[in-house]
Amino acid sequence: MIEIDQITKTYNGVSVVDAVTMTVETGTITVIVGTSGSGKTTLLRMINRLEEPSSGEVRINGESTRATKPHLLRRRIGYAIQGHGLFPHHTVARNIGAVPKLLNWPKDRIRTRVDELLALFSMDPEQFRDRFPAELSGGQQQRVGVARALASRPDLLLMDEPFGALDPIIRARAQDDLRRIQKALGSTIMLVTHDMEEAIRLGDRVAVMDSGRLVQHGTPAEIIAHPATTFVADMVGDVERPLRLLSLVPLSEVVEDGAATGDGLPADASLRDALSSCLWTGRTAVPVERDGAVIGRVTLDAIRARAELRA
Amino acid sequence: MRIGVILRPALVLLLLALVLKPAWFAPVFAPLVPEGTPVIYARSSLLSLSLSHLGLVAAATTAATLVAVTLAILVTRQAGEAFRPLSRTITNLGQTFPPVAVLALAVPALGFGAGPTLVALFLYGLLPIFENAVTGLSTLPPTTMEAARGIGLNRWQRLVQVEVPLALPVMLTGIRLSVVISLGTATIGSTVAARTLGEVIIAGLLTSNTAYVVQGGLIVGLFAVLIYDALVQLEAHLVRRAGG
Ligand SMILES: Nc1ncnc2c1ncn2[C@@H]1O[C@H](COP(=O)(O)OP(=O)(O)O)[C@@H](O)[C@H]1O
Ligand SMILES: [Mg+2]
Repeated sequence: MIEIDQITKTYNGVSVVDAVTMTVETGTITVIVGTSGSGKTTLLRMINRLEEPSSGEVRINGESTRATKPHLLRRRIGYAIQGHGLFPHHTVARNIGAVPKLLNWPKDRIRTRVDELLALFSMDPEQFRDRFPAELSGGQQQRVGVARALASRPDLLLMDEPFGALDPIIRARAQDDLRRIQKALGSTIMLVTHDMEEAIRLGDRVAVMDSGRLVQHGTPAEIIAHPATTFVADMVGDVERPLRLLSLVPLSEVVEDGAATGDGLPADASLRDALSSCLWTGRTAVPVERDGAVIGRVTLDAIRARAELRA
Repeated sequence: MRIGVILRPALVLLLLALVLKPAWFAPVFAPLVPEGTPVIYARSSLLSLSLSHLGLVAAATTAATLVAVTLAILVTRQAGEAFRPLSRTITNLGQTFPPVAVLALAVPALGFGAGPTLVALFLYGLLPIFENAVTGLSTLPPTTMEAARGIGLNRWQRLVQVEVPLALPVMLTGIRLSVVISLGTATIGSTVAARTLGEVIIAGLLTSNTAYVVQGGLIVGLFAVLIYDALVQLEAHLVRRAGG
């Protein structure tokens, strides 16, 4: 559990992070979202003490971050940034193994871990291990950056706009990968973005920052359904609210008995996918499938009911 | 690139021949001098002069590199930033002084021989190495430096594992400039009795023997060109490895 307690950062008398308090549960993804300059990066960098707080404190599993020397603290906290920041003169393997090496892991254990992570990120170890960062695509560099941050199984992974430099398709894949890997490893992640879509897609919890203050902290559904301020409402976007809500609900939650014609959708697809499919093919219901077998249907009426429910 | 493949070994062979078998070139140089004057410098072996010349340059450049890089590292730390203008003034001073003046002033203190030449070469070598090292160390990619701190490298580890390796190609450029300047400047050292290839050139100038002058000049020039070229190759290799 990560406890952020009344943390403040002041530059020249201006609080760029202003008394932020929040708790992050172990094994969850918290996305910090806000406009540019709202203090997200500063908040994140105070957690691993790249920036010293002007006041307030951060506790990781009950222990104050001030109890450890900064560089030792950082070896326990993964850090991935926009533009990856890989060491251009080190191979992929050496980049990923950087923190385990700092922690004096034996060589063969580092090697095993590097290969395991490359495989986890769908990069063939044989092929990529000995390459230099310049020999990778942007998406691959970014994955290696995240792999490096995860290498020592840190208590906490901090990510500052990690997908900011990627094009939309690669970005969506990177987000899916992160979700999958986070589930598999049970990592605790705090991720910064200015993109509400990304926040809703990735976050178990979403924290909205505005001018240094934390204005709302809740589940994506709460943020969409009950924005605490007009700023949050603007971030969510009025027009898109129903669709954002639908994107959070898997078909398995509203599947009902009955038949429907045409191509089916998997049970873990979202209501937004189902709505899109209905509109596109002129149907009023779509079959829902699990492991290739039809388990029921989702109707346009049911979708509409969920979109109106909390709006 | 293509032309280098042929030219480089050709120049190396020419240089080796000039140094090791000077007599081969007697017919080439003969037209430069009146009948009856010696064509090939024979007062000391060109090989031993070359080695001594290169040795002086190597020693001075090594010392200048150690001092200039150390200084550059210190002034690019947060605590040393205030000293950057001062250290720049000092290294600039080394350059502003004409080498002949350095030699002249150093003779009373160090006597004739290699000493004054080493001092002059050292002072001359400082500035380009220092300037380049400072540039290299202060223009590192910011995301890489942020990541280096972020993953928990301490100051020393950042310096040794990230900053110096990444600044190395730019530092080498400075060292290359310094070596080439020193190779030329070292010739003047023979005026104060340092054993360098300048001896051949000066002997030629004193006796109006154009063959000596050309012979000495050619050898010094070839050394400069080939060493310059080798260092350029090394830099290019390092840049490629760093993905530049
Ligand atoms: N070292 C600094 N000195 C002065 N002001 C800073 C410094 N770092 C950040 N700021 C200011 O703090 C505010 C928040 O910055 P930042 O945390 O980077 O925002 P975000 O990541 O949300 O875009 C900005 O107005 C920025 O100009
Ligand atoms: Mg930022």
